[in-house]
Amino acid sequence: MRTLTTGGWALVLLVLMLGCPLALPTLGSAAGGGEVVVYSARIEQLIQPMFDAFTAKTGIKVKTFSASEAELFERLKAEEARTPADVLMTVDVGNLWLAQQAGLLQEFGSPVIEKNIPAHLRAKHNEWVGLSVRARTIAYSTERVKPGELSTYEALGDPRWRGRLGLRTSKKVYNQSMVATMIKTLGESRTEEVLRGWMANEPRIFSSDTKLLEAIAAGQCDVGLVNTYYLAQLKAKEPSLPVALFWPNQQDRGVHVNISGAGVTRYAKHRAEAIRLIEFLSLPETQNLYADVNYEYPANPHVKPNALLAGWGTFKADQVDVAAAGEYQAAAVKLMDRVGWK
Amino acid sequence: MRATAGLSVGGWPSLGRRGFEPWSLAAGMVATLVAAPIVLVALSLARPSVDVWRHLWETQLLALIGHTLALAAGVGLGVAVLGTGLAWLVTMYRFPGRGLFEWLLILPLAMPAYVIAFVFLALFDYAGPVQRAARAVTGGPVRGFPDIASYGGVVLVMTLVLYPYVYLLARAAFLEQSAATLEAARALGVARPTIFWRIALPLARPSIVAGVSLALMEALADFGTVAIFNYSTFTVAIYRVWFGLFNRHAATELASLLVLFTLGLYAAERALRGRARFHQRDSGVRPAPARRLTGARAAAATAGAALVVGVAFVLPVVRLLTWIPGGAAYDARYPHFLGNTLAVAALTAGVTLLAAVVVAYGLRLSRSSTVAVLARIAGMGYALPGSVIAVGVLALLAGLDRLLGRLSGGAIGLMVTGSVAGLVFAYAVRFLAVSFQTVDASLLKITPSMDMAARSLGVRPGGVLRRVHLPLLRRGLFTAALLVFVDVMKEMPATLLLRPLGYETLAVRVWQFTSESLWEAAALPALTIVAAGVLPLILLVRESARPLVGARDAA
Repeated sequence: MRTLTTGGWALVLLVLMLGCPLALPTLGSAAGGGEVVVYSARIEQLIQPMFDAFTAKTGIKVKTFSASEAELFERLKAEEARTPADVLMTVDVGNLWLAQQAGLLQEFGSPVIEKNIPAHLRAKHNEWVGLSVRARTIAYSTERVKPGELSTYEALGDPRWRGRLGLRTSKKVYNQSMVATMIKTLGESRTEEVLRGWMANEPRIFSSDTKLLEAIAAGQCDVGLVNTYYLAQLKAKEPSLPVALFWPNQQDRGVHVNISGAGVTRYAKHRAEAIRLIEFLSLPETQNLYADVNYEYPANPHVKPNALLAGWGTFKADQVDVAAAGEYQAAAVKLMDRVGWK
Repeated sequence: MRATAGLSVGGWPSLGRRGFEPWSLAAGMVATLVAAPIVLVALSLARPSVDVWRHLWETQLLALIGHTLALAAGVGLGVAVLGTGLAWLVTMYRFPGRGLFEWLLILPLAMPAYVIAFVFLALFDYAGPVQRAARAVTGGPVRGFPDIASYGGVVLVMTLVLYPYVYLLARAAFLEQSAATLEAARALGVARPTIFWRIALPLARPSIVAGVSLALMEALADFGTVAIFNYSTFTVAIYRVWFGLFNRHAATELASLLVLFTLGLYAAERALRGRARFHQRDSGVRPAPARRLTGARAAAATAGAALVVGVAFVLPVVRLLTWIPGGAAYDARYPHFLGNTLAVAALTAGVTLLAAVVVAYGLRLSRSSTVAVLARIAGMGYALPGSVIAVGVLALLAGLDRLLGRLSGGAIGLMVTGSVAGLVFAYAVRFLAVSFQTVDASLLKITPSMDMAARSLGVRPGGVLRRVHLPLLRRGLFTAALLVFVDVMKEMPATLLLRPLGYETLAVRVWQFTSESLWEAAALPALTIVAAGVLPLILLVRESARPLVGARDAA
């Protein structure tokens, strides 16, 4: 029998190694009051201060699990009714819309939310609620471009920008959302014309908004489309950066905006606490903190943006129902494929 | 069925018992378990998303395939030449700094590809310091500066982080080649270059092929690097369909094409190898003596090795170090994150090694075609993007949880989803190829006559493994475990999707910052991953430089 022991030992060891971790406690499934579990695509650095303020005020502990939207979505879906998550939080509206469509979120009524957040920044029955506004606008070199040369998103297709335009990759959801809302407002064929105009200018494609802004500052490009907070981050470090923002389409639909936001999960074990957390995040005193930590615009219209943003002036924002970003996202991606936006 | 297999697949005499063979059963079970999520991914092809395929065909499918093939060709050639060349250089020649470079050259393996990619982009793009300095010197735009965010840039970065696989395995193979073989060639008047091409290289071929295929699989599965450089490969399309078109099913279908592609590579290699076998009877009895280089040739050797280490390791590390002061403040939880990273990496390395030995040995004993196919599939995980594997694993875990919940009448909530066991299983599915390739390559070099000799003396298969193979395999096992260990530390997508709530690792920290383009803040956790990977790698090189059993007198 002695010779069998090697194989036997190997088997025992294998079973032990696979079995041991099973015995480790799985965190976060403990029920009981006083806590709320958040699945968050908003990174810890940009959300923890608000959670700390919430805990200080209410005594309710907040546990976070952060990953990107797609991962949170898959995990939430796979966990079904057993999920420990009470709140789903994302940094774009498309994925909130998707979660709503997949039945992963639940509706709730709240006078606080209805008072604080305008209707076009949330779902009909608060399945998701916008908590900050992110404007995607034109950035230009203050050294080589006069603001008078700029007017609309569409006009970036003008031949004068040939070889001077910079765009972020169409893989990024911010561009997908922007094109999706354009499809909603302008229709698919007009949007395709606009995009073909941009492509005709042979834009340089960047992998991040920050890289695009740095390229404008360094002279590789002259204009580009970016989320405003990326410029604010750079300006906070280097105020003299020769890049400024322009608010396009002020005569018609306004500047494209996206939201970061949250919803209560369908199988939330701490529904009341979850609603309370989202309500707390919509309050004027929290809104400043929430938006300022990343130089975003508050979703609550009664709250003034941070001083650096206020210095950029006010603008007319696109009032289109932001849910369109989710609804037309697939169409937008296909359109961007067709026109060759990499 | 197998009872009749006197001469079976590949022309080996069967080493197993006739009839029932527990080792091949165990191998089959382990391989099935690991292959399950991969099969789940491949099964998605049964219900093709026709509209997505048509859209891709009309817009970019051919370009994607072209890009992917070009990437595979470039990286394959790059790592084969760089890895084999450097391995030959440090084993066969003496030049200033050789002892140092022997282990320095392995260090780029500790560098996650996405880290070196974002560092290189920051250094070498138009707005980066290098081109800015060039413009400052010339006083105007510099023409003809190569664009780092290009095909060349992607191939360069991937070659630099992946060549160590080939270097490591080829070097071990060269070290094992006995002096007697090479001296016989010298005595017959064969020139050194000819020895390399005609003797050393063919003998090292299984190891080199194993290294190159690991590098290729990792290049195919990579998303981070190609995303940072905006180079569209198949994996990029998978994510685009998944995140952009909200169509995870179609994304999985695309991913299963990667599996087919990898199978094709295997088939091609097998066809090229033909019936050749690579056993050495006197494995590592006495290593071949190194030749001393002098003058310009010595300087060139030193400079070449220094250049590779400098660009692939020193440069990114220095850049990360200079970023730390401007990045995020030190977080008191870092030791905890590091502990989590190390614990899960060590656990996975152990589990995966055990699984690899069981599968490789079961395969050697039985040569059962069923087990062989399962083992092949089980090894595919490395060629699949981490998120796709992770979703396959998630489906299995969630199914198991559903079952447990039903059996317990709802008393058990989430037992395996979001558990350390689930995470380790996902890593094992992803990285089995790494340990299996290494163990299998070492095992192939042990001639079957040793097994037969031991068996004829009445030792049973388990005893042969324990008393004959494991001592000879020690080096290979060590290599396999450490490679997986380092790989797990760098892994990001499966960790993000499957980790337990509240279980943060260094890679998760890096993701937190890079997802918002906060590169400087990511420097500290990224550098910690590198540092944590360096130590085991140094151990690895020291271990593999030690002569094997019975060779002490030759040291």
